[in-house]
Amino acid sequence: MTYLAKPKLHHPSLPANKLGYTRRDYEGSISTLCAGCGHDSISAAIVQACFELDIEPHRVAKLSGIGCSSKTPTYFLGNSHGFNSVHGRMPSVLTGANLANRDLIYLGVSGDGDSASIGFGQFAHSVRRGVNMVYIVENNGVYGLTKGQFSATADRGSKSKRGVTNTDAAIDMVSIALQMGATYVARSFSGDKAQLAPLIKGAIRHRGAAFIDVISPCVAFNNHAGSTKSYDYVREHNEAVNFLDVMIGREPITTQYAPGELREVAQHDGSVLRLRKLQEDYDPSNRVAAMNTLQERAAKGEIVTGLLYVDPDPTDLHAHLNTVETPLNQLGEHELIPGAEALEHLNSALR
Amino acid sequence: MPQPIERINDFVIKFANVNGSGSASANMLFAKAILRMGVPVSPRNIFPSNIQGLPTWYEVRVSEKGYLGRRGGVDMMVAMNPQTWDEDLKEIEPGGYLFYDSTKRLPKSKFRDDISVIGMPLTEICNESYTDARQRQLFKNIICLGALSALLDVDPNEIAQLIGEQYKGKEALLKPNVHALQMGRDYALAQLKCPIRLRVRRAEQVGKRIFIDGNSAAALGAVYGGATVCAWYPLTPSSSVAEAFTRHCKRLRTEPQTGKNRYAIVQAEDELASIGIVIGAGWNGARAFTATSGPGISLMTEFVGLAYFAEIPAVIINVQRGGPSTGMPTRSQQSDILSCAYASHGDTRHPLLFPEDPGECFEMSAQAFDLADRLQTPIFLMTDLDIGMNERLCEPFAWDDSRRMDRGKVMTREMLEAGTEFGRYLDVDGDGIPFRTYPGAHPTRGAYFTRGTTKDRYARYSEEGPVYVDNMQRLLRKFETAKQLVPKPQLRPARQATRFGAIYFGSTSPAMSEALDLLDERGLHVNALRVRAFPFSDQVSEFIAGHDQVFVVEQNRDAQLRMILINDCAADPAKLLPVLHYDGTPITARFIVGEIAAKLGIPNVAPLRKAAS
Repeated sequence: MTYLAKPKLHHPSLPANKLGYTRRDYEGSISTLCAGCGHDSISAAIVQACFELDIEPHRVAKLSGIGCSSKTPTYFLGNSHGFNSVHGRMPSVLTGANLANRDLIYLGVSGDGDSASIGFGQFAHSVRRGVNMVYIVENNGVYGLTKGQFSATADRGSKSKRGVTNTDAAIDMVSIALQMGATYVARSFSGDKAQLAPLIKGAIRHRGAAFIDVISPCVAFNNHAGSTKSYDYVREHNEAVNFLDVMIGREPITTQYAPGELREVAQHDGSVLRLRKLQEDYDPSNRVAAMNTLQERAAKGEIVTGLLYVDPDPTDLHAHLNTVETPLNQLGEHELIPGAEALEHLNSALR
Repeated sequence: MPQPIERINDFVIKFANVNGSGSASANMLFAKAILRMGVPVSPRNIFPSNIQGLPTWYEVRVSEKGYLGRRGGVDMMVAMNPQTWDEDLKEIEPGGYLFYDSTKRLPKSKFRDDISVIGMPLTEICNESYTDARQRQLFKNIICLGALSALLDVDPNEIAQLIGEQYKGKEALLKPNVHALQMGRDYALAQLKCPIRLRVRRAEQVGKRIFIDGNSAAALGAVYGGATVCAWYPLTPSSSVAEAFTRHCKRLRTEPQTGKNRYAIVQAEDELASIGIVIGAGWNGARAFTATSGPGISLMTEFVGLAYFAEIPAVIINVQRGGPSTGMPTRSQQSDILSCAYASHGDTRHPLLFPEDPGECFEMSAQAFDLADRLQTPIFLMTDLDIGMNERLCEPFAWDDSRRMDRGKVMTREMLEAGTEFGRYLDVDGDGIPFRTYPGAHPTRGAYFTRGTTKDRYARYSEEGPVYVDNMQRLLRKFETAKQLVPKPQLRPARQATRFGAIYFGSTSPAMSEALDLLDERGLHVNALRVRAFPFSDQVSEFIAGHDQVFVVEQNRDAQLRMILINDCAADPAKLLPVLHYDGTPITARFIVGEIAAKLGIPNVAPLRKAAS
């Protein structure tokens, strides 16, 4: 019943952000996903991130492909335009939308079925173009809507609910994103909202291709023993490299940290990514090291989460294409149509 | 030996070359010099899917009467490619002429005795004058051009003038080219019998007309149509649309103060992404287009269905080539009519525009963006390789500066603020066209969810039967509205009342005009209607109803336009007689006349040289 709107009534003491909006103003329709679905936690984290960043909901465009994850944009940011496109093609639609109006925030929501299989090419190419976007993959290793087939991110050797062992190698979306040149790369777990919401905030404030792989267990088809994407398995194997706080402006550091424990990355838009180190040797500004770490830790069976890589000074597709500052969809005849005189000039060169 | 063909300003000359040998530039100079003499020409490149080495031809029809279609047959062959020698020689009409490089002696058996043979030792002359291998190759083409100017009475000053324009500011290239031209001309005047009986004579038949290829023209139309986003994937014969758009934009769309671009062009990873980008941009209020050909259309089809059902403007320029599959990638056909008109699974139909020449490529391309916005749906500009990749004489481009972009029904922030009711799929005006909002329009009103699944008038997901049918019926109403907006057909009445009609479209136009003249000369009267768009205006049904027999002339095997005519105009199939040309070469007047005459049971008007047409 995705068209059912939630009641708008809320407790009068619900806190409001700088725009006067409460968290409820960032919600969408009632979710029709299964109770306990990891995707709903991600929607909640998106709501929290947008609320805390004082984002005007209508300045966000949310785009998705096809699948359980791609249905979720209906369940958050009800005042944003949404586009549920075709399977695996969210990245191209988002790219076009972004070209048309560079002033909006583009939030692409996809799943592992959508982005690691049919849309693998579009995922890779949108990242390599540096489209300014937040690209979230809600990764559960399984096709939910079609009832439990393995997806391309399912680990080799993991078991399906029916007891079948997956024999294909898994695609690691984070590694691909790093290789394709994403300038903000994170992994998180839908069961850890405290980690996830700040990662989404940092991605929204990042002006380049930001990619977040969120492991999001499927309670219906992939939450059993033998699965490597179940709540239990991910909790046991989750190795966070850092904990992120996103600061708008330079707020003072109130807690005492041991030397070297805190690292700050100033983003181009003025926001500051304050990273509390959880693992001594992890440097999120080193892309090659990040790729190595991912491979090494994966070999040990660990699921590395946190902000894995960030380029504080990224460029984006608009910069590469040298487009004007005014959104292209706001240009009128004066800017776009060269007129009769220019045409006459052309005519005379064609005789 | 038959009488040598004797014609002034009315002949066909064909250059047989090797791909990549630099012949294209010299060939172009030849055609343009004749145009500058006021005599209409229509050149056609006939080329393989290859970069270097394979045979390529350049066929120039010189016609003071202004016939720009391919005629069929060759009066003079400039045979510069040993690979195709035998075939090339066969094509020459009896009494025609052969011009060849006589440096290497050929046995008599390699020639024909019913044609005039003109040999000139081009390689020898070149080798004596130049030492550099590339220069020898390039200047050979210019020397040949000089000789032809003498043989055919083409004014050498016009060629020199054109060379001057081409190498303006590059004196180092200009002088040797003019020198080579003169060298070839001097040799011909001294050693060959000049001029021959095929001649060019100055006339006044070109006027203000311009000479341009359809792809460049369509790209220019996109600039004037206000397109800001272009996403494409290289595919012959459409690639030069995006390349020309890039060129035009660099000159016409740079913000003067900042040097920044008022456009975004993305060479995508494939056609799927191209159309995805176009649809994303169209959804977000920018005018966007892609250019492709048949294979690309196949790939885009899923997205086209989405754009139809979610009602998103998009412009798709389809420069058609021979299909199916890889088919004939460098040959021309009109064989994507069905795949475009009904692209997608489910019930869909899409407006198609059929330009006849580069002039209409420009006009209709610009108009397509208004139609896409007004109708909120994909619009196909159906050109083909024949008009897309060949330069063609056409009326100069014109633009009315008072013209404004029709952005269609867009509900603005002000309208939303004033409390105007917004239902994304609500038919407020009875024309089937709802209002849309651009993302970001208003903080609390006008947001909606775009999807390919069914929805109600307020864009709310619903799979209820009546809701689905309501929406599908409105889409039909919208298509009915499109009838009034797309370009109207053009009628060319016969000199006297007749029971016979003919329907044709697109690049068939010049051959058809000539065919109608020829039929008329033979006392066969046919009213002709040039269809310029789908959906068909009522005039098309009336035209069919008003005749006993209607020839439907098209360049595909399966009579695709005829199928849509039967489908959409409820026309009696028995009435519609297909005239089909689909061997990949552009249709000729000779072919059309032959077919129509045969269908009318008049054998003596059979085509003069059916094999070659």
